[in-house]
Amino acid sequence: MAAPDLFFWLCSAVLMLSSVFVVSARSLVHAVFFLILAFLNAAGLFILLGAEFLGMMMLIVYVGAVAVLFLFVVMTLDTGRPGGSLRARLPAALAAGAILLLELAFVAVAGGPGGSPEPLPGGVSNTRALGRLIYTDYAALFELAGAILLVAMIGAIVLAHRYRPGVRRQNPVRQFVRRQGESVRLEDPAVGAGVSEQGR
Amino acid sequence: MTVTLAHYLILGGAVFTVGIVGIVLNRRNVIMILMAIELLLLAVNLNLVAFSAHLGDPAGQVFTLFVLTVAAAEAAVGLAILVVFFRLRGTIAVEDIQDLKG
Repeated sequence: MAAPDLFFWLCSAVLMLSSVFVVSARSLVHAVFFLILAFLNAAGLFILLGAEFLGMMMLIVYVGAVAVLFLFVVMTLDTGRPGGSLRARLPAALAAGAILLLELAFVAVAGGPGGSPEPLPGGVSNTRALGRLIYTDYAALFELAGAILLVAMIGAIVLAHRYRPGVRRQNPVRQFVRRQGESVRLEDPAVGAGVSEQGR
Repeated sequence: MTVTLAHYLILGGAVFTVGIVGIVLNRRNVIMILMAIELLLLAVNLNLVAFSAHLGDPAGQVFTLFVLTVAAAEAAVGLAILVVFFRLRGTIAVEDIQDLKG
């Protein structure tokens, strides 16, 4: 067995096992860690398929950002695992999975793609080929993706931000518009008289 | 046995099925549902990349990139909504989210 095939079997086995553990883990923290493991192995599969850029993207976006986001939310909410026993819902879940598997098997039997894989156009690295496509044919969609991310960022901040009354905040405008005349006062008090606050 | 496109498609279908099972199995827990949705999107991405490699067309990877973008946005907004809901109610159980029933 060639090394790439061995790598495929390793990655796919770990991916399957960890995704099963994600949905069946007893604690949310374990589920998040198994999700990270699943994404790691998916990134390995992407690299095996020749999509190095997407593999690295998976690592950065999912393992680096989304999984940490999940972890933070699980940590801060600390709700445990609500909602009864899993055993009661297991039949329904397995039925849904069986139906979906049947449908997928039907599609596969009805006519799957054949033939051997063609190599990607040679002479160009994966990242370069992807960049050429993104900035030419899919430029508008790429801009739209950026807009989606911006809207999601603003939305998440607006949703999660909480205004607390009674917090002393810096006011930059007031700091800039104040002048020397209204903030500094030179006094020459007489001996033993002192300076009073209102004594202008 | 050499690895072909069919192997990747079967793997993608299996992961997708696990995600669906996870949604039904954990339908009381919003965070678990969000994680199962991430699994579904991962399976879809796997299919897209496998077809892209099979057909020698990088366009499939571009779509994977967009799916990745939308998945990240969805996770961020979903978790923000979850935090707000927890702040309001002190729980994230799905059965408590029924104010629209009146």
